[in-house]
Formats: sequence, structure tokens, C-alpha cells
Amino acid sequence: MEEIVEEFRSRILERKPLRLRGGGSKDFYGGPLAGEVLQTGAYSGIVSYEPTELVVTARCGTPLAELELALAARRQFLACEPPGFGAATVGGAVAAGLSGPRRAMAGSLRDFVLGVKIMDGEGRVLKFGGEVIKNVAGFDVSRLMTGSLGTLGLILEVSLKVMPLPVGDATLRFEMPQAQALDAMNRWAGQPLPLAAGSWQDGVLTLHLSGAQAAVASACRKLGGEPLAQTAAAEFWQGLREQSAEFFAGDAPLWRLSVPSVAPPLDLPGEQLLEWGGAQRWLRADADAAQLREIAARAGGHATLFRGGHGEQRAGGVFTPLQPALMEVHRRLKQSFDPYGVFNPGRLYPEF
Amino acid sequence: MTRREHSADSAQDFADTNYPALLAELARLLPANSLLQVNEDVKPYECDGLSAYRQVPMAVALPETEAQVIAVIKACRAAGAPLVPRGAGTGLSAGALPHPQGVVLSLAKMKKILHVDPVARVAVVQPGVRNLAISEAAAPLGLYYAPDPSSQIACSIGGNVAENSGGVHCLKYGLTLHNVMRVRAVLITGEIVEFGNHALDAPGYDLLALTIGSEGLLAVVTEVTVKLVPKPDHAQVIIASFGDVMTAGDAVAAVIAAGIIPAGLEMMDKPATAAVEPYVKAGYDLTAAAILLCESDGTAEEVAEEIGRMQAVLEASGATRIRVSHSEAERLLFWAGRKAAFPAAGRISPDYYCMDGTIPRKRLGEMLMAIYGMEKKYGLRCINVFHAGDGNMHPLILYDANVPGELERTEAFGAEILRLSVQLGGTITGEHGVGYEKINSMCDQFCADEIRAFHGVKRAFDPEGLLNPEKAIPTLYRCAESGRMHVHGNDIPFPELERL
Repeated sequence: MEEIVEEFRSRILERKPLRLRGGGSKDFYGGPLAGEVLQTGAYSGIVSYEPTELVVTARCGTPLAELELALAARRQFLACEPPGFGAATVGGAVAAGLSGPRRAMAGSLRDFVLGVKIMDGEGRVLKFGGEVIKNVAGFDVSRLMTGSLGTLGLILEVSLKVMPLPVGDATLRFEMPQAQALDAMNRWAGQPLPLAAGSWQDGVLTLHLSGAQAAVASACRKLGGEPLAQTAAAEFWQGLREQSAEFFAGDAPLWRLSVPSVAPPLDLPGEQLLEWGGAQRWLRADADAAQLREIAARAGGHATLFRGGHGEQRAGGVFTPLQPALMEVHRRLKQSFDPYGVFNPGRLYPEF
Repeated sequence: MTRREHSADSAQDFADTNYPALLAELARLLPANSLLQVNEDVKPYECDGLSAYRQVPMAVALPETEAQVIAVIKACRAAGAPLVPRGAGTGLSAGALPHPQGVVLSLAKMKKILHVDPVARVAVVQPGVRNLAISEAAAPLGLYYAPDPSSQIACSIGGNVAENSGGVHCLKYGLTLHNVMRVRAVLITGEIVEFGNHALDAPGYDLLALTIGSEGLLAVVTEVTVKLVPKPDHAQVIIASFGDVMTAGDAVAAVIAAGIIPAGLEMMDKPATAAVEPYVKAGYDLTAAAILLCESDGTAEEVAEEIGRMQAVLEASGATRIRVSHSEAERLLFWAGRKAAFPAAGRISPDYYCMDGTIPRKRLGEMLMAIYGMEKKYGLRCINVFHAGDGNMHPLILYDANVPGELERTEAFGAEILRLSVQLGGTITGEHGVGYEKINSMCDQFCADEIRAFHGVKRAFDPEGLLNPEKAIPTLYRCAESGRMHVHGNDIPFPELERL
């Protein structure tokens, strides 16, 4: 394994743009792909896994699926449900920082990152955070790396908090229009119920309950709705997490609007699917980027061109532009970790 | 004036600042009662909750509005004077210790709860609002703010953001980081920025995570949006006794291994129960080498199910005695002892020094045995209360500052606990922060390149190093001078620095 790290270092020390790549499952995500590919797949394997410590440490190239199998064998899981999109690696998942259907209730991937080992733009191996839940020594660089799309450093190793798999599980369906579904999801989230996820599409609200058996049973009685059989339910939530559901098929651009869960139904030019209790709204539409960003901003959030789209839509970057003061801080952080602009140039913002 | 770039190598020198001019400017910018300059007014700000470190500040600014915060920051920056942001001053790491050449920027007057939204489950508050005041405001809605540091009656949310404060319920409900959605802050340039928002993520780098726990080094917080969560309608706690501390430590691991995430999981050793029992009469088992407090919360059905499982695991793990609270009054009584640990330490000893390392749970017993050895080595007593569920330990070293040499022995005792925490795979601070207190211990945990990276982050926000200088992140000079050098492999640490 040491030779692989040395190989990474010698590539980085060439000071030429590199495209960091794990499984390549998210090549579609972010700005244009630039630089020579640096494959991380060979730097793979679980370094340590202590179920009683609720923490697992894995090398960046470890397939996410392999990690999840190891956790499942001990009845534990990644509660933030990062998507695998086929071949995702642990390093790629953390660099992208995406979370799945449980995000609103369980927390995001960044919430579960406890520590990282990275190689910076000068080939130095640096460790931040660790394997314990409470740790306030030094700035929280581990979480800064999460979702930075590999622009600040090559993630070598990650420590993640894991959770026990809840015993009770149920999925309920309710027929209701969007406004009513948003209202219901927000109201229920304010009550002591074992909610795990809430999604709405096409006049149907689907609710995932997960927790102690007694709590799930009593919530089912309280909420009513139509229970969905276990296999169908698992398939449904998997379809959202992996974007294998019908809604995500086809070539129409896929937009992701991240807004407060209480934002009213948004008047958008295409089909919508709601997740995260209303805080994540997917849209399939060949829409104008500026116009969508304006709608998202008015609702208190932001819009990302998640997948697809054409030149003009992607031209200004796929993510919502930052205000100048924040962009300046971003530039300086980039400069500090990657002074020669080696890592994933332009993948997050065209400016760096 | 020329701007000096903040450096990783050595401390800033602010000697050429024109203080009379700065103070005159601040007096012009702030209402009369928002600027303290005379000794008897500024003296109360000489320390925070860690009173072993004191420094009378040059002046204290108490802005009432964000516009005044901006004005103070701009004036200090123009004068090249350091600023020490301060919340309620309850911190335990001297993070709010004034700078001898600087201005304390207290946010205590900005204490309005601006908005509580029961449907969105958020509260928007000013930084000076007390932690508990948020939960009190949300209580009629059946909601509360989950992080509950033991100082929650007094500590402010702005301070909680600066320290990433925890509490006894972190394992299940998370830290400040997991419960804050948005921070509005002023940069050293005077620009207003927002990290996070009322959605579940924001574009770009996660500057919200970076700001939380940054100990006032990156920006000055002027507004915070916190997440409110439904108040569990039921809670019960188990007290389990153990004949030795290793068995108690193993029982903690066994509870987690059984797939249970307790709402709280605390450990107290025998000296700790002996200290608190006469004080609160919680009915603790004084013959036990250690006790565990293990709490379940949720719906009545959930709690009944979980308490049954917890009890079975604790029995199988060698608990010698088990008691379950059967009323809310009894539950609060069981907790009263744990919550009284700090005052009890103050009652049995003239002074005490609270440590804050975190270690993997499975090493808890080992750590306690090592601490018992250190008590003999340093000739000092220590009582131990641990947030066992997350491995965060608060050993309280008892000493008398009036006995020559005891404070120095206490500091050496504490530093040894922190070094062992790092060696056992943990950290020097779980929730109290580095501040000024543990700044030398940072050199035990991080190597020179990592410390340089931290300074790089600092420079990205505050290029001239004016916000809370000489806290949280040591200079490389300090690490070399204190002889504390974390060595990775065969690297020679700080080869470029002179050894003194």
C-alpha cells in the first residue's frame, strides 16, 4: 500500500492538473472533467472496523458496496445512505458528499465523517479529526473535505460513524396532493415519531418509519396510510437512493433544488419528485439555469444541475454561484491546500 | 498601516498599534454604555470559566447591533489591533482570555430570540441568547434544542457555535455541529456572510462545519439558526453498579454492541460518587468501583422496549446492582448526582482542574487505571466523570492553588492524561476546546504540516491574524519551545526553527 501512496505523491508533485477518480460513478457530476486521471481504486480496503466503537475506517478506493456489506454483517449501516451509483468508492462518496433518502432525519454524510487522512497539493500526508465522536481539536478539516469534490486534496482514508440497523421498519403510502403532503411531512417531523424518510411524487406521499419495533408499530397505528410490502418498500427507497427509479430515467436534464422543507410547492417547468420531507426537490426539465436559481433562491435555497444539460445551461457552472466574499474565502482555502492547482480544476467552480 | 500576514511560525506582534486613537474611534462608534475602558469595568472580563488564566483587557466592546459589530471589527482592523470575541464567558479552556494588546468583543447584549418556527422546526437567534433559553422558548411547541452542555443555563449559543459544544446527549442527538443549520457572521473585512441556510445544504465548501468549533478565530457570529427537535414524551434511566472499572468500561462497549444508542450513557468512579452523594443524596451505590447511568428516551413503548434490552445487557456484563427510575422525580434524582459533580469537586477541594480528552470507549477502563497511577505519581486526587457513551472524559484533578507547586503538578498531571488520550487513539479535547489552555497539547496531537494547514485555514478567513490570536492553533515556534513535538515516521519536526 505504501507504494501506491508514493505513486500518488509523485503524480501530485508533477504539479499538473489531475482528475481524481474512484469508481467513476459520478463522472457526470460537477463541472467539466479536466486533467489527467488519477485512479484511486487500488488504494482499497477497510483499515479498521470496531462495531462497539461505531466507527469504520477505510481507504479511499474501497468500494462503497464492500464497506456496506461489512457493516451489514454486524447489523450496522451508514445512516446517511450515500448513493453508490454502481461503482462508487468511499473516497468518491465523501468527496461528493451526497446523502440518500434518510438525510433529513438521520443527518448528512458530513455529519458522519469523523476523520480523514489526505494528501495535499504538495504531497504531504495530513490527518484531521479521528475515530472518536467528540473531537474539537483544530479546525474541522475532515468535514471541509466532505463535498469539496476533490478540489482541496486527495482523500486517502476516511473514518465514518456507523449506526446500528434499527429493528422496526415500515413504509406507508398516502394519496394526497403536494401541498398537503408537504404540510403533513413537516407536521409529523415535529412529533416524536420514528420517521426515517418522506418522499412525494405524482399525488402519492411515501413515508419510511424506522426505529424500535414498538415505536414503529405505534406510529403505524397513529398515522394510518397504506402499508407497502417489505420488498416493494426496499426497492422503492433503493430506487430513490440510487436514482434507478423511473423518474430518473431518460435524457432530460436533472435539477436538484435544495430548499427549506416548508417551502410551498414550487411552480417549475417539469415533473417533480420530492425527498427529504420536502427539502430536496428533483426536477426533470430543459430549463433556464438563471431562472431556476432565482426560484430556488426566493424559496431560501439553491439549485444544482445534477445530471445532463447542454452547453449553455452548464456554462456558468452547475452549482449556484457564491457571493464574492465567500468566493474569496474559497479561493484562499484552495490556494492553501492546493497551491499549484493540481486537484480537479473547475470541478466545483469555474474560478478554481 | 501595512498589513502583516498571519504566520504559522511565530506569534503576532501588535506593539505598534495606536491604542488611544483606536479607543477614541470605538467611543465614537458605540453608545456610551457599550464600551468599557476603566479597570473596575473591564476586570470582570479578565478570564472565562477557566479562571487559572487571567489577563485584564485593554477595552471591552459590547455592541448591540450587527452594524456596531461591523464598525468595531473595521476599526480594530484599521488599527491592526487584535479582537477576542466572547459569549457568556463560561468556556473551560480560556478561549475568551483577553489579549493584552486587544479588545474583547462581547456579544452578550445581542440576546434576542428573533423567530421560532414550529412547522420548520427552527429558531433564529442572536449569539448572546442562552442555550437553555432556546429550549424554554420552544417548549410550548413540544420542541427543544438538543445539545445541552452542563453550563446550558448560562452559556450562549454564539459560544456554543465557537466551541462546538456537546453535553450528555451527544451520542444520540449530536453536537452543536449537527444541530445548527445556518450561521450569519462578520468577516475581519467587515463583510457579512452566511454559512449554511434553512435548506439542508449550501453550495460550495462546508464553511458552516469549518466555522463551528473554530473558537472565534475565523469570523464573528451575529445570528444563528438552530434546529429544534420534538421533545421525547418519555424517559427512564438505569443505574448499574460495577465491582471494578474495567468491567464497567466493557459494559459500555457491550451496550453499543447490542445495537442500542442510549440517550445518555455516563460513568462515575467511586471517588466521584463519594464526592457527590453527601451533597445531593441521589442514593448512589457507594460500594461500587464505578456506576453507569444509562438513559432511554422516546415514546413510552420505545422506552419500555429499550430499557428491557439495556437491563439485560448490563446484567450480562457483570453489573452487581441495577436500579431503574420509576418516576420523573426519581429519574431527575438519579441524574442530580452526575450533574453535581463539578460543584461537588469544588466543595471537597479548594480548586479543581477539569480535563476533556476523548478516547475510544473500549479504552475507558484502561484510562481510569492509568489515572489512578498518576494520582500517586503527582500526589493529587482525581475524581472521574465520563460521558462514557462517546468516550469523552472529564477527570477532575483536585488541588489547592495556595499550596506552592500544586498548580504546576496539576498541569503536569493534566498534560499526561491528554498525552495518553492521544496515544490511546483519541483527542486532547472532546468539547471544551483548545483555547489558550491546551494550546501546547495541540503539538502532541498534530505534526508541523498539519499545524501549518490549520494556519492556512486561518489565513483564508483572517489573513492578518487579528481574530483571537494565540488561541486554538499553536505557532510552530511555541511547539518547538514547549518541547512538544508530534513526530510522524522519522520526520524531524520543525527543523527550520531554532531551539531555545
